[in-house]
Amino acid sequence: MMLAVIARRLAAALPTLAGVVVVTFLLTRALPGDPAAYFAGPAATREAVEQIRAQLGLDRSLGMQFLGYLRELARGDLGLSITTGQPVLSDIVARLPASAELTLLALLFAALAGISLGVLAALRPNGWLDNLCRVIATLGVCLPAFFTGLLLIYVFYYLLGWAPAPLGRLNAFAAPPPHVTGFFLIDSLLAGQGETFRSALAQILLPALSLGIFAVAPIARITRGSMLAVMSSDFIRAARAHGLSGRTVVIAYALRNALLPVVTTLGMVFSFLLGANVLIEKVFAWPGIGSYAVEALIASDYAPVQGFVMTMGFLYVLLNLAIDLLYRVIDPRMEVTA
Amino acid sequence: MNDVAAATLVQAAARAAPRVPVLEVADLSVEFRTRSGTVRALDGVSLQVHRGECLGVVGESGSGKSVTAYAVMRLLDPAARITGGRITFGGMDMLGAGDADLADLRGRELSMIFQNPRASLNPIRPVGTQIADVLLRHGGVTRAQAPARAAALLAEVGIPDPERRARAYPFELSGGMCQRVGIALALACRPALLIADEPTTGLDVTTQAVIMDLVLGLARARGMATVLITHDLGLATEYCDSIAVMHAGHVVETAPTAALFATPRHPYTARLIGATPRPGLALGDLASIAGSLPDLRREDLPACRFLDRCERARPDCAAAPLPRRTEAARMVACRYPL
Amino acid sequence: MSAASLAHARHVLSGNPVTALAFGLFALLVGTAILGPALVPFDPIAAAGPALQPPSARHPFGTDAIGRDVFSRVIAATRLDLGMAFAAVAIVFACGTLTGAAAGFFGGWTDRIIGRLADTIMAFPLFVLAMGIVAALGNTVTNIVIATAVVNFPLYVRIARTEASTRRGAGYVEAARLSGYGEAHILFREILPNLLPIMMVQVSLTLGYAILNCAGLSFIGLGVRPPAPEWGIMVAEGASAIISGEWWIALFPGLALMIAVFTFNLLGDGLRDIVDPRRRT
Ligand SMILES: Nc1ncnc2c1ncn2[C@@H]1O[C@H](COP(=O)(O)OP(=O)(O)O)[C@@H](O)[C@H]1O
Ligand SMILES: [Mg+2]
Repeated sequence: MMLAVIARRLAAALPTLAGVVVVTFLLTRALPGDPAAYFAGPAATREAVEQIRAQLGLDRSLGMQFLGYLRELARGDLGLSITTGQPVLSDIVARLPASAELTLLALLFAALAGISLGVLAALRPNGWLDNLCRVIATLGVCLPAFFTGLLLIYVFYYLLGWAPAPLGRLNAFAAPPPHVTGFFLIDSLLAGQGETFRSALAQILLPALSLGIFAVAPIARITRGSMLAVMSSDFIRAARAHGLSGRTVVIAYALRNALLPVVTTLGMVFSFLLGANVLIEKVFAWPGIGSYAVEALIASDYAPVQGFVMTMGFLYVLLNLAIDLLYRVIDPRMEVTA
Repeated sequence: MNDVAAATLVQAAARAAPRVPVLEVADLSVEFRTRSGTVRALDGVSLQVHRGECLGVVGESGSGKSVTAYAVMRLLDPAARITGGRITFGGMDMLGAGDADLADLRGRELSMIFQNPRASLNPIRPVGTQIADVLLRHGGVTRAQAPARAAALLAEVGIPDPERRARAYPFELSGGMCQRVGIALALACRPALLIADEPTTGLDVTTQAVIMDLVLGLARARGMATVLITHDLGLATEYCDSIAVMHAGHVVETAPTAALFATPRHPYTARLIGATPRPGLALGDLASIAGSLPDLRREDLPACRFLDRCERARPDCAAAPLPRRTEAARMVACRYPL
Repeated sequence: MSAASLAHARHVLSGNPVTALAFGLFALLVGTAILGPALVPFDPIAAAGPALQPPSARHPFGTDAIGRDVFSRVIAATRLDLGMAFAAVAIVFACGTLTGAAAGFFGGWTDRIIGRLADTIMAFPLFVLAMGIVAALGNTVTNIVIATAVVNFPLYVRIARTEASTRRGAGYVEAARLSGYGEAHILFREILPNLLPIMMVQVSLTLGYAILNCAGLSFIGLGVRPPAPEWGIMVAEGASAIISGEWWIALFPGLALMIAVFTFNLLGDGLRDIVDPRRRT
């Protein structure tokens, strides 16, 4: 049943994935200047440039180039990074867990903070928490993520000295834990390395917080609104009339219903998080795919940037798929209407 | 401890002195504070229901029937204020009771069936689980026993294949089935008083009769007191021992059903009877009730809120106080009754 | 705007000090963008004193790593930051509204193609796509503006499409059709003017996002080149200094950014109240 739904949704996502591939291809072709001349270097002769052009397949028609591009993609060939000298794919695979760990922790933080704040605000409309929620929802969306990150560094690293230097995933003395998931927090626990875990946690807290604050505002606003609507609905009054305890009413009855619109907006939240992730990685020298792309971009090394854009496109499409499935898990009505 | 005490209180009161009402509402007044003014929704409402008896509360939409029910359940909106009167349930002062005591009472001693059966069920929780929630809340069953008990209750309200239906969601059941679930929920813990607020509105005519027979049959068999709220005088006549007629937040007349029909004393009752379809009376003969309910936000509401619609009105009818004449088992709130 | 809606706007403003504040801030920002570079006390791209001076009477926002006056730079940057955001929003307003209205009005294949285009853009995290576009088109301020316009495109298309398709069968459209006007005429003369109020609200709401997007792109080193004063790049320049305690270099441009975004968001909410009172929350 669920498998059939997943298959159906994957099939529905195929045109979007194709769109991602086409857009990435077009971005490759729109490279500034003449890529052949660029790759050949400034001292190259005319013949050398033409030779490279043929090598790169740039002398063929756009359609043929696209087919070649698809063939390379199918082989997992995203080109070479000039900066690192490595295949882009292997660079991205190596750096993806760092980004994923940061983004997911930020989302976890944002969801916990945003949902609790929204629920508490809705339970006492116009109370102080409600007002706090309103202020956060208004100010939170105005905060540039990179700026929040810097403020937190100033306060917690420079002034208070609580946080370690904002330089990567581990302090200089810790070695990465053995690779299982690529998430240092999980791998260090699996390996029983308490010291590594503490170091990884200390390093990730501030960036995850800066990234998460960004997403608290929309989540809190939507939770508050939908919780208010649900709390005044008939079935909540009925649940009270049957004597259910306040906790059951709020959590098992109201919150689960109120989460449906929140799950729907997670797609938008992820779009923001994945974008802001790039900025936060730069601020905290986080060795993920965002900082990889930024470094390559500054060095005019375009293959990694395109690989990055495509990876993010694919990831985002898959995330939206996962959100859709999560919605189905919470809401039984979806199976019929779909 | 507290619930046990309250439970025995109700039962003892009912056994020892059958003429002590299970529920007594005396002189109840309720207001809603809204942006557009104060709605004086109830004014001096008095009702009594005895064990094993069914009281009908009849009135047009907007006359305050639901507000009365919610006030008894202590489930009024936050905007509502009880400005006067008493509500006594099984000898307990409902207006002085604490939230925890009320929650213990609701669903166990005092239950309610709602107007819109589907909307008063949690849309994303299986109906069996919702019944189990109530059973677990009020004790008596273990987590392991709850599902079987829930299915047994579904069977009791005439749902075929109860084990399978227990796993169904409200959207998978018809309106009539949902109302049966609502009845199972309300009667799960064998309450002493059941309030049924328009339990058959929105159901088709054949289902209406089935549901009414089911509710009143179970109520009689268990010796419960029942309050049947309806806008349909015909329905109330069929099922109730006595009837209270409401108009614009006033109870204008209370009488045993037969007496009310034989000799209506309030002009509004007379008109309601005139407008009620009976066997042998063609639809064309029905006198519709002219005029509409007064705006309850008006500052200058006359003492008699029926004044503007009454063909018998005299100048002194507007003067306070509204006379309430009580004789034997009857009450009429009119200066110049029929 | 007719006299009646002006009066309505004044009524809403007088009852809503927050929106009045937003209009005040907006005027201040635009004034600064126009006049700021002429009024600043120091040349924003030349050293004005010793490096890394904390805020003082002479340098209210301090000086940066090469001794430039941060206050002058923050003020002077307003023009570039607002300029980029306004340009991006103007482009997407024109293109997005037009294509969206066409999609909603004509339906059929037009609608399907435009919808697919918007969906494809939405398939990327927006900031990431903007990075990719700047990388592909070249690292210039113009391309930052174009990228910001492109990533906002689906939003405008969606709103204009919905609004246009609900108006497709409206009475005045039918009337125009019966009087023999062509479809293009109806689209431009009857549909588009009616979309303007709602799209204006969108303009104000997306301005805030556009500013953040442009500043974010220049923060990672795209488009704007030093020493040009721009808030995003100034925060980036202050980033290394903040670790050694020189907070003022990054703080003031960051605050300026926040205030600008805040103003546009408030303004958007306020405009929505004026244009569409039903959606008030
Ligand atoms: N939450 C509320 N806020 C304001 N007025 C209310 C509210 N609930 C009920 N009322 C008013 O109380 C009166 C009685 O309503 P109600 O008891 O629902 O009527 P009915 O007899 O149809 O059940 C109506 O005039 C209604 O407008
Ligand atoms: Mg009602």
